[in-house]
Amino acid sequence: MSGFRLPEPHGTRIDRTRPIPFLFNGKVLAGFRGDTLASALLANGVRLVGRSYKLHRARGVFGCGFEEPNAIVDLVDGERRTPDVRATTLELTEGLAAQSVNCWPSVGLDFGAVLGAFAPFLPAGFYYKTFMWPDWHWFEPAIRWMAGLGRTSLAPDRDRYEEICVDADVAVVGGGIAGLSAAVAAAEAGAATTLLCAAPAAGGALGWRGDATVRALLAKAGRAGVTLLTRTVAFGVYDHGLLCATESLAAATPGTHGALRERLWKIRARSIVSAQGAFERPMLFPGNDRPGVMLAGAAEKYAHAHATACGRRAVIAANADSAYAVARSLRAAGIEIVAVVDRRPPESIGAHAEGVRCLAHHGIRQVIGGRGVRGCVVVDADAPGDRGERLDCDLILSAGGFAPAVHLHSQAKGRLRWLEDAAMFVPDGAAPGLHSVGACAGVFARSAALEHAAEVGRSLALGFTVPPPPVGGAGRSLASSRIPGVRGKIFLDLQNDVTVSDVSLAAAENYRSVEHLKRYTTTGMATDQGKTSNVNALVLMGEATQRAPAEVGTTTFRPPFAPVSFGALVGRRVGNRYRPLKRLPAAGWHAEHGALFELFGNWSRPAGYPRADESLESAAQREAETVRGAVGVFDGSPLGKIEIWGADAAEFLDLMYVGTMSSLAPGQARYGLLLNEHGVIVDDGVVARLGTGHFWVNTTSAGVERTAAAFEEWLQCEYPNLRALVTPVTSRWGNVTVSGPKAWATLATIGLDRRFAPETMQHMTIADGEFDGSPVRILRASFTGELSYEINVPVERTRDLLERVWAAAAPLGGCPYGIEALEILRTEKGYLHVGVDTDGTTLPGDVGFARGLERKRANFVGRRSLLRPAARNPGRSRLVGLKPADGRTRLPVGAQIANAPPPTATEGHVTSSHWSPTLRAPVALAMLARGAERLGETVGVHHLGQRIDAIVVATSWIDPEGKRLHG
Amino acid sequence: MMKIPCPHCGVRDENEFQCGGTAHLARPALDASDREWGEYLYFRDNPKGSHRERWRHAYGCGRWFNVVRDTLTHEISAVYPITETPAR
Amino acid sequence: MTHRYSAWSLLRGAFARHANWPAAWRDASPKPAYDVIIVGGGGHGLAAAYYLAKNHGITNVAVVERGWIGGGNTGRNTTIIRSNYLYPESARLYDFSLRLYEKLSVELNYNVMVSQRGLVMLAHSRHDLDAMSRWANAMRMNGIDAEIIGRDELASLAPGLDLSPRARIPVLGGFVQRRAGTARHDAVAWGYARAASALGVDILQNCEVRGFLTKDGRVTGIETSRGRIAAGRVGIAAAGHSSVLAALAGFRLPVTSYALQALVSEPVKPVLDTVVLSPGTGAYLSQSDKGELVIGAMLDLFPSYAQRGSFAITQSILAGVLAMFPAYARLKMLRQWAGIVDVVHDSSPIIGPTPVAGLYIDCGWGTGGFKGIPVGGWTLAHVLATGENHPLAEPFQLDRFTTGRLVDEAAASGIAH
Repeated sequence: MSGFRLPEPHGTRIDRTRPIPFLFNGKVLAGFRGDTLASALLANGVRLVGRSYKLHRARGVFGCGFEEPNAIVDLVDGERRTPDVRATTLELTEGLAAQSVNCWPSVGLDFGAVLGAFAPFLPAGFYYKTFMWPDWHWFEPAIRWMAGLGRTSLAPDRDRYEEICVDADVAVVGGGIAGLSAAVAAAEAGAATTLLCAAPAAGGALGWRGDATVRALLAKAGRAGVTLLTRTVAFGVYDHGLLCATESLAAATPGTHGALRERLWKIRARSIVSAQGAFERPMLFPGNDRPGVMLAGAAEKYAHAHATACGRRAVIAANADSAYAVARSLRAAGIEIVAVVDRRPPESIGAHAEGVRCLAHHGIRQVIGGRGVRGCVVVDADAPGDRGERLDCDLILSAGGFAPAVHLHSQAKGRLRWLEDAAMFVPDGAAPGLHSVGACAGVFARSAALEHAAEVGRSLALGFTVPPPPVGGAGRSLASSRIPGVRGKIFLDLQNDVTVSDVSLAAAENYRSVEHLKRYTTTGMATDQGKTSNVNALVLMGEATQRAPAEVGTTTFRPPFAPVSFGALVGRRVGNRYRPLKRLPAAGWHAEHGALFELFGNWSRPAGYPRADESLESAAQREAETVRGAVGVFDGSPLGKIEIWGADAAEFLDLMYVGTMSSLAPGQARYGLLLNEHGVIVDDGVVARLGTGHFWVNTTSAGVERTAAAFEEWLQCEYPNLRALVTPVTSRWGNVTVSGPKAWATLATIGLDRRFAPETMQHMTIADGEFDGSPVRILRASFTGELSYEINVPVERTRDLLERVWAAAAPLGGCPYGIEALEILRTEKGYLHVGVDTDGTTLPGDVGFARGLERKRANFVGRRSLLRPAARNPGRSRLVGLKPADGRTRLPVGAQIANAPPPTATEGHVTSSHWSPTLRAPVALAMLARGAERLGETVGVHHLGQRIDAIVVATSWIDPEGKRLHG
Repeated sequence: MMKIPCPHCGVRDENEFQCGGTAHLARPALDASDREWGEYLYFRDNPKGSHRERWRHAYGCGRWFNVVRDTLTHEISAVYPITETPAR
Repeated sequence: MTHRYSAWSLLRGAFARHANWPAAWRDASPKPAYDVIIVGGGGHGLAAAYYLAKNHGITNVAVVERGWIGGGNTGRNTTIIRSNYLYPESARLYDFSLRLYEKLSVELNYNVMVSQRGLVMLAHSRHDLDAMSRWANAMRMNGIDAEIIGRDELASLAPGLDLSPRARIPVLGGFVQRRAGTARHDAVAWGYARAASALGVDILQNCEVRGFLTKDGRVTGIETSRGRIAAGRVGIAAAGHSSVLAALAGFRLPVTSYALQALVSEPVKPVLDTVVLSPGTGAYLSQSDKGELVIGAMLDLFPSYAQRGSFAITQSILAGVLAMFPAYARLKMLRQWAGIVDVVHDSSPIIGPTPVAGLYIDCGWGTGGFKGIPVGGWTLAHVLATGENHPLAEPFQLDRFTTGRLVDEAAASGIAH
């Protein structure tokens, strides 16, 4: 070990018997179990950890937690990369390999650092003032290349994430003494209590100091049944008491994949207690970004918890009494305290450190040392221009007071107030559903925090009034953490290189609202989201515009409190779990028969059954030809099926569909168009009457959920007096459709009753029958134009039926056919495919269903909208057929119709297009303005710069009289 | 994410529900003017504050019901049956 | 303009330690009366003020803003600009806007960082490919660039995209509008504000409108938190809060307000060179010049004025992103927010007169207001100055909700615009 490790009893959080080797920028280093990457780097004497975002300035570890702006690394393990990881919250694990970000070729020799020389020309928002000529595009690539921090992998992440939802009476965020106290009190009063603690162990600052009360509280928490979640960061409070947190699970062993990496906790809490503590506010002085300048509290934690001396000789720059406690504590650890340089006048200083030199009313004017502090120059606050005194040191600590972590309070819509004497924002009363305790409530005195938190926990458990926090104990601080008049580069937001003069510039240019300040200078927009810079920024803006900090106000705190991985937020909704994939009940049969499956909506269905030498397209041609010539077998199971029951079922369907369904006799079926209130076609299908008060409704495969939901909404909300019951049964029935001139010949041999023969069972009728002991419901309807039987069969018998049908169809020259062939067949017939030939603007008249609408007696959904001027406009589009003038060229779907060359006004577009194997010619459907009047006209069809002439024809090419439907 | 008290299933998470928009819209008769029909189809109070709206427990009982919800705070102040029309 | 921005001015600024930069725009105090008042200091309102002064010579203009300029949807969007629309009416409108954007930095002397990195619409099925063929061809009919691209080019534009045929959401191809891209959202508001202010427009921040003054059915001014201000004409450009203002003026709009979420990741080095929009998952993303992935998606599907968004939607947005880009799982969400968008049934704007004489409105842009800023401002200024609708705005009037003559882009394309 290097000389930066302190002897025992320092290091309450590390296990010196468990050394852990790790890699930093390719170099092998070692730390102990219980180290963070940051503490291990410091213990190894690594000062230069990374480069800043804008100017590539050398930076070292600055803090010890979520506030860290500088020590950002990429973790690398083969193709697995984790970008932008905070070294201060990353536990050291075996084989961990970290790399500095935003530097090339290395963190030590970074060519980007040349930008430092240009810094005077790069004030806040400089890019808004230049790069306009000749064009931003000339500059953008270079700027993009310079920007960004870490690098992400392009290989899919193979680790896993999960999500868990729980309820709690009281959820406490923060495992420090206040959080523990609140949780113990709540649990002891009978509340189901969850305590979320970001660190690997609860206890907080007093915990790593070895406080006995913390040990006692931890024991009590166990006895009282507090659910303790460690390594769990609460990042957001959402509507109605939803608290979200991520738990980090064990780091993956290098080289292995598939480990559970993080767990998202969604906690529905009756009450939330925030005990997130406070962040330390840095001092502002020139060179305050150098490696070796860091937060005082962080150095203290590294010394005690990790036995790590961040330096040997420290100067503490102070604006708060806490500096003196740190001075005492570090001195006890053997670190020399050169001086406490306190920017406050002596009468405002409420603490001292025995034997430590105190320079009251002084500040740092200069930091000496580029890549590591070697000393500093301090001046009297009243004479910032004087030569000052040089202090030799290798560490400068910032103790600028505290900024309570009001993030969750603010997310929960709590208000803030400014405490003048302690110079901090604290919660102004509780937020809805959320109470703050401890330092984040502004309660800094140990015993007051302990007692108040316990009262809060108990009161929430028992439903009592929650006492207000006894705010105080932080001592006095000045709002301004700099000495006026000191010049130089003073950094406000370390990661984004925002300086104090950038705030003055923003003020001068009128970016004075705190949101303008943030957006113009980018302060508070780095990965730490301004945890060390926000308060200083708005104090500075207040100074520049003669406003109190409370008047300047704060920016809105938004989730997440700390960055959360996309993986954790998504959990297991990845791969096939992203959306449920629907498979056919007899998917195996299709696979065995050579099906090529494709996704149609969420269904995986056979697009066709290509043979070894066939493309999907040629297979579809063969299949379609087979259906026209012999027989085809189609799996129509996804077809939407809804049963409607009840005395008013017929009346209800009349209201829903454009057609009249009440005039159907039992056993009859009719095609129906379904509209929405705007008159737009949203679905179609066949409605069949099974009995007086019993209908069978087929919808499109994609539309069944929507349609059933629409039926329910109309019934429940608008027609609650109608006696009708809507039962979606799609998944209950498989559907095997047999289509073609030999359809009946096929079915006759599988043992179907003769009454189903085409002579006795008419087209557009329905009847129940039996197949091999199971009920079947047979509908004579056709989407191919051929004699068709849609046989609905209990879903578990689908495969049996398919096998029997196939056994009969194969010898007759039949084949299974897929969606592609079906599309060819229905296009040849001019049958409408809703969603393909129609879009969300298509009205019934546009597809030739206007006739008879006026005569229908019942109202129906969408009817009134069809009477509006736009719906009656004679210039509307109409579905027509198109054939290429040359008889050969296929018209691409989506091609636009116009006679003039583009750009010009379009008159329509091709909606469906296929090569017809029967006609040996292309067929297409199109929506065309005034199409019904234009039969025989030649039009130009334009596709990606190419023109094809086509002739407008009627929509049905095959058997327009429909004789083939009847067998 | 809101908690919504389904009158039939109890309090459940928002993502089990579907919002059907403003409640108690009166559908004009077939002989309404184009203006009245357009008002019904498209024009809404869209208040910033208390809003009567209907919701369906889509991944649950499937039933529709009415909710009074504040569109700014998302607080739900009342839930009542779909067939009930409150006095304004 | 009093103080021109340029590399040279930055150089001079550096020698003066940047102490001499003037205010980008004046913070004015309300005068008793203006020729025109525009309610809403977002991109649309500020652009309208600028074009009133620039195109029509009307400079006695105030923009009143409840909070700080650009603080509404102008500062809460995913910064996408595009004109890939199906209908000629929309195409003309949005392409006019895009063409104004192309010249905006020079026009305003403020770099709004228009980055024409292209926008790719992904096709996840053969049906999608057909729909995109229609779309691309319709755009070309409208004189707007559009190309169908294959998986090879997608692989180079968006290297993390899962192009394997076994992906749950397979990617078969797409179409690209190369002139589409992004712009720096805040800069658009600030640039218009600065240019308008230089032409004499008063910008009144922290000035909340509490009522409209009318006489004989005609607007005569507004009542605000900073007093009563008279005006000859008033324009409203308040996006998601349009209905609230309309209610103050005594009429309703065909608008419902919803929260539209967006989020950014932590910054990483360039991995995505274009804007990707996936209709199948509803997710769209690009990478900002800072390196953050900027991600947006569908609306929170219930009316809302809360600018935060539901966590369930955040999760489903990201699930959609990871379905396409499984490599991004280890990136972290840095910030998440929502804007309140004014959704109209046909997803097209409303730019023109209201039932109150002298009161005009520019609203209904829904999820796409940012790309419409220049043309929204241009056409609102036109109708405020002349009392006549700009020809581009003619199809986008309130009367279409009576006639049914909607410009229904969303319904035609199956995609929310």
